[in-house]
Amino acid sequence: MRWFSPRAFRVWQRNRDVFLALSRSEVPGILVEPLLVLFAMGIGLGDYVGLIDGQDYIEFIAPGVIAGYGMFSAVFECTFGSFVRLDYQKTYDAILTTPLSMEDVVVGEILWGATRALITTAAVLFIAAIFGLIHSYMALLTLPVGFLAGLMFASIALSFTAIAPAISSFTYFFTLFITPMFYFSGVFFPPDSFPESIQRLSWIAPLTPVTEVTRSLVQGKLEASILWSLLLIVAITAVFFYLSLVLMRRRLLK
Amino acid sequence: MLIIETRDIIKKYGALTAVAGVSLRIEAGECFGLLGPNGAGKTTLVKMIIAVAPITSGQALVAGMDVTRKPRQIKALIGVVPQEENLDPDFSVLKNLLVFSRYFDIPSAEAKRRALVNLELFELAVRQKSKIRELSGGMKRRLLIARGLINQPRILVLDEPSVGLDPQTKHMVWQKLNSLKQQGTTLLLTTQNMDEAAVLCDRLAIMNEGRIVALGSPGSLIAEYGGKQIIQAKTDSASKGLVEAELKRQGFYWQEMGETIYIIQPDSAGLTGLLSEKLVVVSQRIPTLEDVFLRLTGRSLTE
Repeated sequence: MRWFSPRAFRVWQRNRDVFLALSRSEVPGILVEPLLVLFAMGIGLGDYVGLIDGQDYIEFIAPGVIAGYGMFSAVFECTFGSFVRLDYQKTYDAILTTPLSMEDVVVGEILWGATRALITTAAVLFIAAIFGLIHSYMALLTLPVGFLAGLMFASIALSFTAIAPAISSFTYFFTLFITPMFYFSGVFFPPDSFPESIQRLSWIAPLTPVTEVTRSLVQGKLEASILWSLLLIVAITAVFFYLSLVLMRRRLLK
Repeated sequence: MLIIETRDIIKKYGALTAVAGVSLRIEAGECFGLLGPNGAGKTTLVKMIIAVAPITSGQALVAGMDVTRKPRQIKALIGVVPQEENLDPDFSVLKNLLVFSRYFDIPSAEAKRRALVNLELFELAVRQKSKIRELSGGMKRRLLIARGLINQPRILVLDEPSVGLDPQTKHMVWQKLNSLKQQGTTLLLTTQNMDEAAVLCDRLAIMNEGRIVALGSPGSLIAEYGGKQIIQAKTDSASKGLVEAELKRQGFYWQEMGETIYIIQPDSAGLTGLLSEKLVVVSQRIPTLEDVFLRLTGRSLTE
């Protein structure tokens, strides 16, 4: 397989410019939904939830919401966003007639997906901090973690996009994979509160290690398990990054 | 100087052979046209030459470089104008050119200069701030050509450049392409428009079913395959068999569409004997490229 080059950055730049051009319609979406979930669940539901260590429920879910919406950003970008560029706008076709290679396009897309995750992570972290839900400077480390997790989710999403026959195919991806993951990966409840069969599922869900690491960092706890979770994220990223290159090559180079 | 060369290139999609062994030699500065019905393999052939589609077997060289080994270097030398509009709808006209020039690593000041020159050239300067969706089809095609020229290519590749254009825009595009040729740019275009092929192209290759079936200047192709005149005549089903036998006996080349018969006459004489009795001549005219095309690729639909 041919390798990618620094020209992948050109694809990132293109996507960034579109984002900036459309920022007025993009930014509210980044902020409003996480805010809504944080307060509806955190305050509305929080009154009925007693956590073992006496922590406020809204403080418990804040890192989960940071991780979960980081995931959504990367996944939306590299499913619907990438599919529109691939299939409707033929943006990839146009780029492939320039010195960029198919691999550059894939890498640029994944880097941009990860950047979207980073932007969302920062935005939600900022809101949580304003409302006094963040107590440790270690929470700033969720930014690089958010970017890394973004690489992972962007790679997973783009792998699916490469085999998606139509834009409606993403319904399966979201209802069978992304949404269940959002609910069962420790965003709203600790995974060990589920029956064992669901727990096992949540341990193989890529969002679980991200939630774990983000929660530890936001709570200012550096634990050895963070390392293990990070390793897992890196491993899943490597597998799906490779897969996205192979599948996109099959789709684009005909 | 040779700028594009293909050696027996083949493209297969599974069991389907889209290009079945094409060898071409295109000189620098020439305008070369690929003519053929839909599905003849023109676009696929071009995609292999511009290093976008992988070659199944055979070899393609551009400016002496192997397409498979040096795709980046080759793509830097080529400008591509696709038939299907793929401009960035979220950017303005000018921004489309600026973003595209970044893919070629053109410094931003130079990119801006070239973009404005190209917009001026294609009479789009006043629309530079417009959104793509506000442009007409003709403006979009002009912008696509302006975009294809942003890297000052040695070779400009155009896929059906005049499809869907009004006559004014079509003639403007032809004139611009002609002046590019005067400046030494090599043009490679696919087309189904016979006027376009005759007006622009120095040489033509007519493709059918993945192969080149004829190659030469428009004039020489007409002389070779069009004869001196085309006689369009009508017959009835009763005497059709008789007419066919007579045409065969006299050594004519002819094609049939229902009850209409097109006869390619090697000389300017009229029909004689049995043919003049059984056929009603509808028209008698000088052959065009279209007659050559239809003779070589058949009158029936191939798809």
